[in-house]
Amino acid sequence: MNYLNTFFFGIYPYIALAVMIIGTWMRYDREQFTWKTSSSQLLEKKQLRRGSIAFHIGILAIFAGHFVGLLTPGEVWHVLGISAGTKQLIAIVAGGLAGIVCFYGMTILIVRRLKNPRIRANSSTMDITILLLLYAQLILGLLSIFVSLGHMDGSTMLLLMSWAQNTLTFDATTAVAAMTDVHWIFKLHITLGLTIFLVFPFTRLVHMFSVPVQYIRRQHQIVRQKAAR
Amino acid sequence: MKVRAQIGMVLNLDKCIGCHTCSITCKNVWTSREGVEYAWFNNVETKPGVGFPKEWENQDKWNGGWIRNKKGNLELKIGAKRRVLANIFANPDLPEIDDYYEPFDFDYQHLHTAKDSKHQPVARPRSLISGQRMEKIEWGPNWEEILGTEFAKRKKDKNFDEVVQKDIYGQFEKTFMMYLPRLCEHCLNPACVAACPSGAIYKREEDGIVLIDQDKCRGWRMCVSGCPYKKIYYNWKTGKSEKCTFCFPRIEAGQPTTCSETCVGRIRYLGVLLYDADRIEEAANTPNEQDLYQAQLDIFLDPHDPEVQAAARKEGIAENWIQAAQRSPVYMMAMQWKVALPLHPEYRTLPMVWYVPPLSPIQSAVEAGHVGMNGEIPDLKSLRIPLRYLANMLTAGDEFPIVRALERMIAMRAYKRSQNVDGVEDLEVLKQVGLTQHQVEEMYRYMALANYEDRFVIPTSHRAYAENAYDLKGSCGFTFGNGCSDGNNDVNLFGAKKQSVRQVIPVTVKE
Repeated sequence: MNYLNTFFFGIYPYIALAVMIIGTWMRYDREQFTWKTSSSQLLEKKQLRRGSIAFHIGILAIFAGHFVGLLTPGEVWHVLGISAGTKQLIAIVAGGLAGIVCFYGMTILIVRRLKNPRIRANSSTMDITILLLLYAQLILGLLSIFVSLGHMDGSTMLLLMSWAQNTLTFDATTAVAAMTDVHWIFKLHITLGLTIFLVFPFTRLVHMFSVPVQYIRRQHQIVRQKAAR
Repeated sequence: MKVRAQIGMVLNLDKCIGCHTCSITCKNVWTSREGVEYAWFNNVETKPGVGFPKEWENQDKWNGGWIRNKKGNLELKIGAKRRVLANIFANPDLPEIDDYYEPFDFDYQHLHTAKDSKHQPVARPRSLISGQRMEKIEWGPNWEEILGTEFAKRKKDKNFDEVVQKDIYGQFEKTFMMYLPRLCEHCLNPACVAACPSGAIYKREEDGIVLIDQDKCRGWRMCVSGCPYKKIYYNWKTGKSEKCTFCFPRIEAGQPTTCSETCVGRIRYLGVLLYDADRIEEAANTPNEQDLYQAQLDIFLDPHDPEVQAAARKEGIAENWIQAAQRSPVYMMAMQWKVALPLHPEYRTLPMVWYVPPLSPIQSAVEAGHVGMNGEIPDLKSLRIPLRYLANMLTAGDEFPIVRALERMIAMRAYKRSQNVDGVEDLEVLKQVGLTQHQVEEMYRYMALANYEDRFVIPTSHRAYAENAYDLKGSCGFTFGNGCSDGNNDVNLFGAKKQSVRQVIPVTVKE
């Protein structure tokens, strides 16, 4: 089992991140025309409205939670006076709620994508694959709450944080060591998560890099001049 | 004063015969592809009717165009920028495909392959989106052609607002109709540009054409809602929005747009208008909706004025553009004769495709002796098309400019008739409508004869000075984005479907 741990938690993260970064860069550089949200709202509006809003709000909250929770160094929590147990409780409640919202939305979106003939006919294999991948990942995450409830001291969370932070500081040996004894459901959740990173550039998920924040500051009108005059 | 030039268009509705040649040639050139079968960059509607997409003029429903907010500033009707972004996960103001129509094709092949049977084989429709059989076609791009569908549905036409007793126009004897060919208005204050979160839509400085950068478009689809004319179409295949390009490759070469070139009724005019770009916002933000028409006229500049010419040269506008502006039929009809009017100025987009209101139904009524005379001119109040209806469409409800335009056209006919038939020059009728003899002869030349070289005064653009032609040698020309990187095999690493391949869903016929 040891070599599997080494691969999935010591090597696979770097493969996944490398493919994600280089692939995304390549796609942005070479394939701008394919860089899009791939919205299907024109073909079906009602279900999308119910599903998409809940899905996006839920998943953004979950994403932010994972980002802050996994990557904030332990010292910061210590200074803030938040113990590992408290942090775990916050994570379970906030993450659980966001997870349920996201689950509600994504269930509607999956039913819509598979059952609506117009949407189905215009879904690429990757559209369906990524939706199912995210759904599986969400369910694993929600199930892990039940495992977490069995040990409320926050120790597992510290191990997961150690893995994430040591991976990003290229200390793979420590990262693998942290993961060796955690519950299999966390191992599965992380492996699937890394897989989502891996396929990221080949899916419609790239649109998350194009959140149009600059729109708020932009002038209403855009006039393009010819290159040179 | 910042002078900019734009190629504007005028459509003389008085001469439109509703043949749809413009729509068909446009479709053949631009939208005969998967994903935009339902899109008509140019379409011809029969009015009164709800149009295409359904009720596009009803901004209470679609929230297109601009409004003045409480502070007196211009704001998109779909909401301030924050609201636009807040709705990015699901746009509440987006029409669904059924508001346009479900694109369909017929199983023509079945007519060739059908086995011997008691009945004639028929080509049944099927959806071009799902590939499934369509038992019934519910709606199409021109469902209301020549007053098709019942009046109860057509009377939802927004232009009926404040028309007295609109129900009588459902009666056979009282009914009226007119054609309204529509395309992108290439507005001076485009709402689609302002609504695009990605900043992919832009107006070209040199000729005013509004285009969507297909590489920058991310498919947030706010432009579809922002445009009050519903002339931006979301391509459900590519996930990008598309719109009328004003046939810019033709315009650059000095040729008319495809719709104009092929118009058999010769109703379309193309010409340069010079305008003051510094005053766009001021004009679009005119407090009273009915003043918007005049406000837009006020920012158009006189190309014969030496000061304007000097300012235009300072902005780098080429000499042939200034000369073309002086011979522009659009300038004559909009500014000098005031017979051309903007479509729905109340949307505050300052549209640049203008319309001459239709006259013909009046004349036939005059001849039948139904209409009272007001001096030399028939009393326009007893027209078949209610003035208010035209005013709602072209002048935000102000009837005066409509009356002036129609009276001038009647005066032109009366003058030419007395000149040619009776051999006298009826100057009285001209005096009544405020036209000079020279003006009316010009109107006759441009509007009645409408020669090709008078209708289309399009200066070529100076592309060779702007770009290095040598670098363009051997380049990709027009592609579906991505320059030349289409690759040789059918699999695209990033999941894009090839656009050059038409994916026909095989028909299975149940025997």
